[in-house]
Amino acid sequence: MSTAEETLPAALEAEIRALAAAEPYPRGASIAALKAVQRHFGWISTPHLRAVAELLGMSMDDLDGIATYFNLLFRKPVGRHVILLCDSVSCWIMGRDPLCAHLGRVLAIRQGETTADNAITLLPTVCIGHCDHAPAMLVDDTLHGDVDIPALDRLIPGLKEQP
Amino acid sequence: MTSIRIDGRDCPTRTGINLLQACLEAGENLPYFCWHPELGAVGACRQCAIRQFSGPDDKAGRIVMACMTPVSDNALISIDDAEARDFRAGVIEWLMVNHPHDCPVCEEGGECHLQDMTVMSGHNLRRYRFTKRTHRNQDLGPFVKHEMNRCIACYRCVRFYRDYAGGDDLAAFASHDHVYFGRAEDGVLQNAFSGNLAEICPTGVFTDKPFSATYSRKWDMRGAPSVCVHCAVGCNTIVNAREETLRRVLNRYHADINRYVLCDRGRFGHGFVNAPTRIRTPLCLMAGQQVALPLTEALEHFTRMAAQGTVGGIASPRAALESCFSLRALVGEARFSTGQTQLEQDCVQLAHTLLAKHPGALPTLHDMESADAVLVLGEDVCATAPRLGLSLRQSVRQASFHDADAARVPRWMDGAVRTLGAQSPSGLFVITPAPTDLDTVAAQSVRAVPDDIARLGFAIAHLIDPAAPAVADLTEADAALAQRVATALMAAQAPLVVSGMQYGAPALMQAAASIAAALARRVPRPGLSLIVPECNSMGLAMLGGVSLEAMLEMARAGELTTLVIVENDITRRLPPSDVAELVALVPNIVVIDHTATPLCRQADLVLPATTFSECSGTLVNLEGRAQRFFQVVFPAAPIQESWRWVQALARSMESGAEHNATSPADLPHTAWHLTDWQDLDDVLADLALAFPALAGAASAAPGADYRMNGQKLRSQTYRASGRTVIRSHISVHDRPPPASPDTPFSSSMEGAYGPDMPAPLVPGYQVPSWNSVQALNRFQQEIGGRLRGGAAGVRLFPPSDDGEARAYPYSTDIPPPFTPAADHTVLVLPQPCLFGSEELSMLSPPVAARAAPPMLRAAPRMAAFDRAILHLDDRPHSLPVSPLAGLPEGVVLCPTHRVMRAFRFPVRARLEGPHGTGEPS
Amino acid sequence: MSAAQRPLTAMIDPVTGPPDCTAYERGGGWQATRKALGTLSPADVTDIVTRSKLRGRGGAGFGTGQKWSFVPKEPASERRKYLIANADEMEPGTFKDRWLMEGNPLQLVEGMILAAYAVQAGHGIIFLRGEYHLACQRLEHAIGQARQLGWLGPNILGSAFSFDIHVHSSAGRYICGEETALLTTLEGRRATPRSKPPFPQTGGLWGAPSVVNNVETLCNLPPIIANGAEWFAALGLGDDGGTKIYGASGRVARPGAWELPMGTPLRQIIEEHAGGMRPGYRLRALLPGGASTAFLDASALDVAMDYASVEKAGSRLGTGMAIVLDDQTCPIGMIRNLEHFFAQESCGWCTPCRDGLPWVERLLDAIEEGTGTQEDMDQLGRHARMLGAPGRTFCAHAPGAMAPLASGLKLFADDFADHIAQCRCPQRHAA
Ligand SMILES: Cc1cc2nc3c(=O)[nH]c(=O)nc-3n(C[C@H](O)[C@H](O)[C@H](O)COP(=O)(O)O)c2cc1C
Ligand code: SF4
Ligand code: FES
Repeated sequence: MSTAEETLPAALEAEIRALAAAEPYPRGASIAALKAVQRHFGWISTPHLRAVAELLGMSMDDLDGIATYFNLLFRKPVGRHVILLCDSVSCWIMGRDPLCAHLGRVLAIRQGETTADNAITLLPTVCIGHCDHAPAMLVDDTLHGDVDIPALDRLIPGLKEQP
Repeated sequence: MTSIRIDGRDCPTRTGINLLQACLEAGENLPYFCWHPELGAVGACRQCAIRQFSGPDDKAGRIVMACMTPVSDNALISIDDAEARDFRAGVIEWLMVNHPHDCPVCEEGGECHLQDMTVMSGHNLRRYRFTKRTHRNQDLGPFVKHEMNRCIACYRCVRFYRDYAGGDDLAAFASHDHVYFGRAEDGVLQNAFSGNLAEICPTGVFTDKPFSATYSRKWDMRGAPSVCVHCAVGCNTIVNAREETLRRVLNRYHADINRYVLCDRGRFGHGFVNAPTRIRTPLCLMAGQQVALPLTEALEHFTRMAAQGTVGGIASPRAALESCFSLRALVGEARFSTGQTQLEQDCVQLAHTLLAKHPGALPTLHDMESADAVLVLGEDVCATAPRLGLSLRQSVRQASFHDADAARVPRWMDGAVRTLGAQSPSGLFVITPAPTDLDTVAAQSVRAVPDDIARLGFAIAHLIDPAAPAVADLTEADAALAQRVATALMAAQAPLVVSGMQYGAPALMQAAASIAAALARRVPRPGLSLIVPECNSMGLAMLGGVSLEAMLEMARAGELTTLVIVENDITRRLPPSDVAELVALVPNIVVIDHTATPLCRQADLVLPATTFSECSGTLVNLEGRAQRFFQVVFPAAPIQESWRWVQALARSMESGAEHNATSPADLPHTAWHLTDWQDLDDVLADLALAFPALAGAASAAPGADYRMNGQKLRSQTYRASGRTVIRSHISVHDRPPPASPDTPFSSSMEGAYGPDMPAPLVPGYQVPSWNSVQALNRFQQEIGGRLRGGAAGVRLFPPSDDGEARAYPYSTDIPPPFTPAADHTVLVLPQPCLFGSEELSMLSPPVAARAAPPMLRAAPRMAAFDRAILHLDDRPHSLPVSPLAGLPEGVVLCPTHRVMRAFRFPVRARLEGPHGTGEPS
Repeated sequence: MSAAQRPLTAMIDPVTGPPDCTAYERGGGWQATRKALGTLSPADVTDIVTRSKLRGRGGAGFGTGQKWSFVPKEPASERRKYLIANADEMEPGTFKDRWLMEGNPLQLVEGMILAAYAVQAGHGIIFLRGEYHLACQRLEHAIGQARQLGWLGPNILGSAFSFDIHVHSSAGRYICGEETALLTTLEGRRATPRSKPPFPQTGGLWGAPSVVNNVETLCNLPPIIANGAEWFAALGLGDDGGTKIYGASGRVARPGAWELPMGTPLRQIIEEHAGGMRPGYRLRALLPGGASTAFLDASALDVAMDYASVEKAGSRLGTGMAIVLDDQTCPIGMIRNLEHFFAQESCGWCTPCRDGLPWVERLLDAIEEGTGTQEDMDQLGRHARMLGAPGRTFCAHAPGAMAPLASGLKLFADDFADHIAQCRCPQRHAA
């Protein structure tokens, strides 16, 4: 990683400063700040974590204790797209396991992994509140319901091409 | 007082504590993990489950966590309840789900709280049949070893390290059963109290790394009560030894001082004892070479020296009272030096005087924790008296305790108190030249130079009591700050002012004392604490003597032919030219020390002395408390106590005198029977006669003739196992335990021991079912309170609580404001470091490894260069410079003793950029 | 049912999308705020809500007015206080709050204004789960519009009361929905629950008095204040007032959520609204109110879905969102799925939950995979007993986790026995 990539862009830094200023104590902005970094880079690298910690007046250990706690904060690189496939009870009843297996075959990865072309990361997620359209999944920020194998087969090639 | 009923047994107890504490105080064996007397209760481990009944008619009751339930009058509880017992065994079984079965190779083994609790809970069969999760360990630096698989996630480590000690580089990571306690990345733990993790952690996750290199089981080591020698706080320690080597230092509870916690300098500074720098035989200088010589020859050598003329003595603030006193007895009052420079001696004397006449309280460290407004005036206490700094850190919690009281949340309910206190204000003000570790918890921290800080202090005193002199020409900002601090101090119930002699500035201590005296007119017992530098600085101040400069004058006047220097490396105190002159002027330099210091290399005769672990003796700490440390290691002859060396010298002088046909009765020492002393108690008895103010030192601990149940005290656990094995290649017979004439210890497994033994004599903690340090609970009258065996140590300052405040003559010696010099010199301020400044701990490899390379700090504009050349007394020093915001211009901070060996008080010196006169070599 | 009988969802129209401020007002919105700020004291508002018998819809069913009554009474201008909407909705099988927030975010905003006025809180926070992107957009938009029109901000409607709302988008973890863990999270700490006391009402966010209410609870406030306590109480069929969002997922014909009178019989929800089971499937059992409620079997279908009745039937109303187990899904597989969830979502603070739940999960794995033993059944029973009762663990997470297990051990005893006897999952192998 080059040093340019290790520092936060000025706009992002300003955003984090503003988030911190809006809280009674800067650490109240921890999650918002980490999410801002993740929105920008896709994940939270150690240098970025350190930079955020500095902005919030926290130690990096302290902040990493938070970053590693929450499952939607990624401390490892992810692909360009993240599929969060619900693995909770309604979706499980409605057949999420076969869907997961199918994705695994098509993408040649297991849950928790990223495709070789860095296009897609597949992660299990807990119930995403779309149980009336189970099985459900989030692809990046978009909710998909009543997912079946044909739907996946239509979706994946597009995702792989999309930047 | 109240009473609760535990399984049908009425137990008197007290309100304001939780049921776990009450059960333990009642002598019950109730297991626990996350609760810690100093950290309070958080209810994480769920190990202390009991059943509580709401009244005599309630047969069902409910399971509660004892640590989270306050004692209520006549509470009915059952520890023995089958379901509660079952649950407790269940908790152990859950903890064991991932815990490795590695007790045999675990360094916690034998003193493991988890082992004790496992046995106590009755759990013995692990039914979990799936794979255990494993973790990677981290390298946490030279002090602490990390073995995460043993973690039972009690959260004690982070609660201690972060919440209590203020560290921020240890944290809990991840969640559910993946929680991990460590650092974000491998690296050295930065907090000054990291070593306590080894005692705080109930299992073997965090262990003492230096100890690991010469590891031994608890039961195979001898223990002795000791006192830390690495600063003037005087923390109580336990020293463990085996095979006549010192293995480790542990905390020894003292209710008023260190309580449950030692600083890392104290815990890991003992390495000098086993270091290659130790002197093990007498040495004499022959043709520029130091050669070993036998004891008798060494003494004969001295006889010849003494016969040449007068003998002077230089004592040391790091030597025990007994050593200093014996030297004074040897050489007489006129030629006895305290071994300090005039400035240092003046400062210590002043500290002593100010404390002794202070009309308010002289708070103990524990008292300081409940001060509700604290002013730290020009002293980096976290570096000069680390454990005291930690007590001041606790004081900032006072406001949150008051909030908790108002919300009727018990103070021990730690999480709740911290929630409630999230916005409670801090009452701590720190005014120092350099940043201190306390800044982050201070209401305000301000940077200024010592003279200006003193002025601020006088201004604060004047605001509190208009009778105190006013300060002219205060800046507007300073006036406002003074007002803010004065208001806070006046509003407090238990205000405290802390200063010290780090800057060799009497004005700072005067100002601090003036504030405290002014406060004494408003609140009953305002606290004053003044920090002196070394473990016996205060004892020496009470003994008195002339300065090093005065000795040099005597030498110049040709009045000294022989100088006996005891445990003092004067190269750390006098500029090199003065040392050189002294050595040149005095024909015979005799050094008695345990360590080969730079001074030893110039000595004509060097005599090997014991370290604190190899002898017994008394030290007087900064609050005037005389405390005894006891011998745990029996060194090979001819190493012996300094006072026994001095006695030997006296005997040689006597024989020499007889030879010379002068009367031995004319020798100064004969006044004090120096040559008749048999043991330490004899020395102390004479000391008490000679110095009534120090008489209390004799009763700092029971004498060598103390017996418990008619027996000596054993200094080993009762089940030592390896004692014959170790020497089996030589002989399987037990060696007789070494004689220990100065202590009441038997230095073996035989003898008396128990939780009621006198507090100053506790060689370690162990009671049936409790093999870990947690056994301490049983040695206390109340958990967190006094020890059952009474007080340890004796305070020597007369108590000043005579009701009314004594009239106090305020000092009028107010320095002018600081102005940068026009002559291109800067004011070089000493910056003591936790690791690096203290003499003996720097000879301990793990501490030396933690000392940062020397560096100058200067105002950002002055730090334009990243290196500069500082012209100190000895030579120019080229040093890195780093900017420090808030520091006035014309001032630089320089680490003490690390640049010029003798540098530790402010000096003016020339500072130039790297392109000045060229780089010095 | 007429719109008046569906006060929570009357304005929700999936075609036109969420109403803007004007449409909201046209539909009856802001009336309550006008009334409260114009004519009612904070104590009056609390009193109306108390009399309406509104109970918290977040799962615990605590009286909302009563909860507010513990908050210190100083005016918002004098003391920092917080009103927090719990929009973390992570209970598996639950999707009611999302519906409300996406459908009519202004009603939540207004509910928060009313609650904040009642407790005199100047600061509002919506603690929104991170995955609810659409709800986040719509809430931000609604808040922005409300702020522009003066419904939020300083001196609302010219009164002395000032209040504003900020959306906190969370980063996952079910435990954040537990109200004290939620507060810890907002303070930028690991989401571990806190001990009570102090209760959030006196020592909540940053130590300040704070009220945490579920989204659905808050959405009930505008109609209650507008129409009165009696009107609200009369909406319910039994003792509990108002309407409730009920839902069903699993192999029912029409999974979904519906606003129905509080106390609607379960049978009506499953058979009428959800259209019964999909062809070819029979109902075997269900979790009436989310993953942390106990199983009820088909014989319990006539239970009225109110707090007391469901409890009497041996479960809890919970979120009111039922998850249906059909006859062709393995109950052990389902419980294993649930326990996987609970084990993974444990915060890691207390021992029984952190280390007990993964053990349970592994036992269920083993049984489902055909390597289970009779001894494993004892272990499951032991865990259900030891973790199930309140007070054993630090918070209600583990007891919640044990609800489906303990009930399942009884209800599906034969299935467990078959798995162990046959060393396989009969259902999976039949499929
Ligand atoms: C493990 C756990 C998870 C919870 N999750 C939620 C949640 O996602 N949303 C919610 O509103 N309440 C949740 N609760 C309940 C809250 O703690 C709290 O009772 C509720 O937000 C109070 O609001 P109410 O009084 O309006 O019901 C949860 C409780 C527990 C123990
Ligand atoms: S504070 Fe001082 S006396 Fe206490 S352990 Fe540290 S160095 Fe030793
Ligand atoms: S169970 Fe999958 S969206 Fe609810």
